[in-house]
Amino acid sequence: MLQGSNLACVRGDRRLFKDVNFTLEAGTLMQVHGPNGSGKTSLLRILCGLSNPALGEITWNGTGIRTLGYEYLSNLTYIGHLSGTKDDLTVLENIRISSALAGMQITEAQARKALAYMGLKGRELLPAKVLSQGQRRRVALARLLVCKTKLWILDEPLAALDVMAVKLIQRLLERHLADEGMVIMTTHQDIEVTTFSKVNLKLA
Amino acid sequence: MFFWIIKRDLLLAVRRRSDVLTTLFFFVIVVSLFPLSVGPEMNLLRTMAPGVVWVAALLASMLSLGRLFSNDYLDGTLEQMLLSPQSFSLLVLGKALAHWLVTGVPLVLMAPVLGIQYDLPADALFVLVVSLLLGTPVLSLIGAIGAALTLGLRGGGVLVSLLVLPLYIPVLIFGAGAVEANMAGVSFEAHLSLLGAFLLVSLVFSPWATASSLRVSME
Amino acid sequence: MAINWYKYSSPASFYSLAGKMIPFFSILAIGLLAAGLYIGFFVAPTDFQQGEAYRIIFIHVPAAWMSMFLYVVMACWAGIGLAFNTRLSSMMATAIAPTGAMFTFLALWTGSLWGKPMWGTWWVWDARLTSELILLFLYLGFMSLQAAIDDPRRADKAGAIIAIVGVINIPIIYFSVQWWNTLHQGASVSVTQAPTMASIMLTGMMVMVFASWMYSIAIILKRVRVIILERESHTAWVTELKNKGAL
Repeated sequence: MLQGSNLACVRGDRRLFKDVNFTLEAGTLMQVHGPNGSGKTSLLRILCGLSNPALGEITWNGTGIRTLGYEYLSNLTYIGHLSGTKDDLTVLENIRISSALAGMQITEAQARKALAYMGLKGRELLPAKVLSQGQRRRVALARLLVCKTKLWILDEPLAALDVMAVKLIQRLLERHLADEGMVIMTTHQDIEVTTFSKVNLKLA
Repeated sequence: MFFWIIKRDLLLAVRRRSDVLTTLFFFVIVVSLFPLSVGPEMNLLRTMAPGVVWVAALLASMLSLGRLFSNDYLDGTLEQMLLSPQSFSLLVLGKALAHWLVTGVPLVLMAPVLGIQYDLPADALFVLVVSLLLGTPVLSLIGAIGAALTLGLRGGGVLVSLLVLPLYIPVLIFGAGAVEANMAGVSFEAHLSLLGAFLLVSLVFSPWATASSLRVSME
Repeated sequence: MAINWYKYSSPASFYSLAGKMIPFFSILAIGLLAAGLYIGFFVAPTDFQQGEAYRIIFIHVPAAWMSMFLYVVMACWAGIGLAFNTRLSSMMATAIAPTGAMFTFLALWTGSLWGKPMWGTWWVWDARLTSELILLFLYLGFMSLQAAIDDPRRADKAGAIIAIVGVINIPIIYFSVQWWNTLHQGASVSVTQAPTMASIMLTGMMVMVFASWMYSIAIILKRVRVIILERESHTAWVTELKNKGAL
C-alpha cells in the first residue's frame, strides 16, 4: 500500500501543489490529472524518491520510502518522459541491459518474447537510433513485461503510441492490476480499465 | 550489475570509437607541441618530459569527463540507474572504471611512444608507465565528482576544469615526481606508494561523493 | 536561562539578530584595525635584517591564516547544511566564500610584495605561496559552481559536496606541495625563515589577527542578511519589512 500525506512541491519560488493526499491499495490504478505545469511529473518523481517533497511524507506499507531506500526501489518500475534507451545499442541489448541494471537479469529468449509482444519482432537487432519515437516508447514499455515489480509509475506512457499499442498497454495494465499490482500514471488520453478500481487525483 | 555497467559502457565506447580516439589524439598533439614551442634541445626536453606527459594526460582525461554522465542524463538512463534497487555508489564506481578503461588505458599505452620522442631512457619510460597506470584511475575517480556536480549546467565543461584541476595537483606532483626521481638516480618507490595510497583513498571516497552529487544534480 | 537556539536557526529571526550584531563587530573591527596598524607601523621597531619591508607581515600573516581558517569554517557550515538540511547553514557557507577568497588574494598579493625586496622577484614557487594559490582556485571553484546553478537548494548541496571534497584534499595538497618544494631545493627561500620576533611585533600581529576576525564576522553577517532577503523575498515577513520601510 502506497500512501502520500500532505505532499507539497515547490519549484524555485513557485508552489506547484500542496496538501496532496492519497492512498493506493493493491489492484488499483491511480490516474493523475491536471493541466500542463500543474506538477504531474514532479509528483511522480517525488513518488519515485528521485526528488524530495517540500512537505509531507510518502509511506510504503506504513514505512517512509526514504527509510526503506533500496527496498522500496525493488518494488518499483518507473518509466518517465525520457525513454531510457541508448541510441548506439540494439533494441535487444537495450532491454537486456536496462533490465539487468534494474536488478532483473533476463535471458535473450525472454527479451525477444517481450519485444515480440510489443510489436517489435524483426527489429531486435536494429540500433535504437533508427527507431521512431513510438517504437522507442515501445522498447521502454517492454520492460514492464519482464519486470516483477508491484508498483508501476508511468509518466505519459501512451504518448506517441498508435491505437494498436494503446490497446496492448491497456491489456498489460489490466493484467498487472489483476495480479494485485498498482499503477500510478498520467495521461491525457482516457484509459479504460473498467474491471478494476480506479482513483483519480486532481492537481489544480 | 557492476559488470553489466562496465560491459555496457565499453560496448558504447566500441560503437563510438571516434570519442576514444579524439582523446588519444589530443594527448599526442599536446605532448608534441612542446618541442615546437621550446626548441629541440634534447637535454631540456628530457627534463621536461615527465611534466609534459603528465599535464597532457591530466588535460586529456579531464576533456573526456563531459561525456561520463551527460549522455546517460539526456536519454534518461541515468534516471533509471538512480532507481535501481542496488547500490548506486557501486554503479558509479563501475562507470568511473569504464571511463578509465576507455580513456586512461590508451594514454598509458601511448605514453612510452611519446617518451621516446623526448629521448627518455628505458627505465624512465617504465616508471612513467607505472606512474600513469596508478595515477590515471585517480583522475577518473576525482573527475567523476566534478562531472556529477556540473551535470546539465550551462558552461559545465569549463566549470568542471576549475573544480577538478586543483584536486589533480597531488597526483601530478607524485606522478611526474616519480619519473624525475628515477632520472635523477634516486629512489622513486615512495612516489609510487603514495600514488597507490591516493588510488585507495579515492576508490573509497569518490564513488560515494559522486553518487551524492548525482542525486543532488538529478533532483 | 535556556537559550532557544532553534529560534535563531530560522532565517527570519536570524536576520534581525544579525542586524543587531553587525554594528558591534564592525566597531570592534575598526578599533582593532587602527590599533594593530598603529603598532605595526609606528611602535614596532625596524627589523635589522629585513628593514622596513618586513612590516607587510602585519597584513600578510593574518590574511593567510584567515584564508585557510575560513575555508574550514565554510566547509563545516556547508556540511551541516547538507547533513541536517538547515538552510541557514548553507547560506552561511555561501556568505563566507567571497571573504575567504578575498583574504587568500590579499595573502598572495602581500606575499608577492614582500618577495620583491626579500628575494628580488615578485613570485617564487615557495610551498606556502603555492598552496595559497591552490586555495584560491578552490575558493573560485566553489563560488563558480554555486553561481552556475540556478536552483538555490541544488546550489547549496552541490557547493557543500565540493567544499567537503576540498577540505579533505587541502592537507593532501599542502603535503604534496611541501614535498615537491623540498625536492626542487634551491629555487626558493622559505618564508618560515623569519628571524625571532620581538614581542611587540607579535602583539601587533595578534591584534591584526583579531581585527581580521571581527571584520570577517561583520561582513559575513552582512552578506548573510542579503542572501536571506534574496531567498526569502516571496515570504510574508519580508513583505512586512518592506511595508514598514525597513529595507
